[in-house]
Amino acid sequence: MSVEISVTGEVVTAYLSGELDHHTAKQMREAIDTAVELNMPSLLVLDFSNISFMDSSGIGLVMGRYRNLQKTGASLHINATPPNIYKVFKLAGIERLAKMEGGN
Amino acid sequence: MINNKFNMTILSCSANESFARATVSAFASQLDPTIEEISDIKTAVSEAVTNAIVHAYNNGFGKIYISAELIEPNTIKIKIRDKGKGIENIEKAMEPLFTTVGGERAGLGFAVMMSFMDSVKVRSNLGKGTSVTLLKKISQRFNING
Repeated sequence: MSVEISVTGEVVTAYLSGELDHHTAKQMREAIDTAVELNMPSLLVLDFSNISFMDSSGIGLVMGRYRNLQKTGASLHINATPPNIYKVFKLAGIERLAKMEGGN
Repeated sequence: MINNKFNMTILSCSANESFARATVSAFASQLDPTIEEISDIKTAVSEAVTNAIVHAYNNGFGKIYISAELIEPNTIKIKIRDKGKGIENIEKAMEPLFTTVGGERAGLGFAVMMSFMDSVKVRSNLGKGTSVTLLKKISQRFNING
């Protein structure tokens, strides 16, 4: 499990990798929240291209970040979602909260 | 098909979530599942084990009993049992977005299990524990080259 953060202008991108479950979600969440608090972006991009497994803990992570971003009016994008991850997001209707790209 | 079966007992610590789902999915691979079917099994097992850790034992330590069995027709039957606090209202617990812990839990564990598996049965006794039985039929793929 790791999180790499890249900041370009007002955009913070978090590249998540490894397995996202209840055990790893806390560390990922903290890394993302620290970067958001530090940079106050207008857009947060969560990149899932290197996530190999995700259960509903990932939905909790996205919903929690969405709630936090609403306080500052920033938006949320979800990028490069592998099919098995997309299936979990779709079940939760995450596309209503965040723009989703690369569902394959 | 041999009615192969395994049992294991794990401690309810969150580091065991990945161990549990990887073990069950490795056992299920005998049925020659697709990548999607394996992913469905992994996800459902992860949800049930996480429920036992977070809800049954309130993040404290207890034992989680996991068994998997291959049954006809080409189906895996997985049972995840705990001796935790039990579920007061199973119907309510299975409703999407219902959660007793709030915070970062989405309340979608049972919704994921029901969507990814063919059958989900939950039995629970307050103060005694919960068992979740999951069934997944694996599609049979025939190789025309034999």
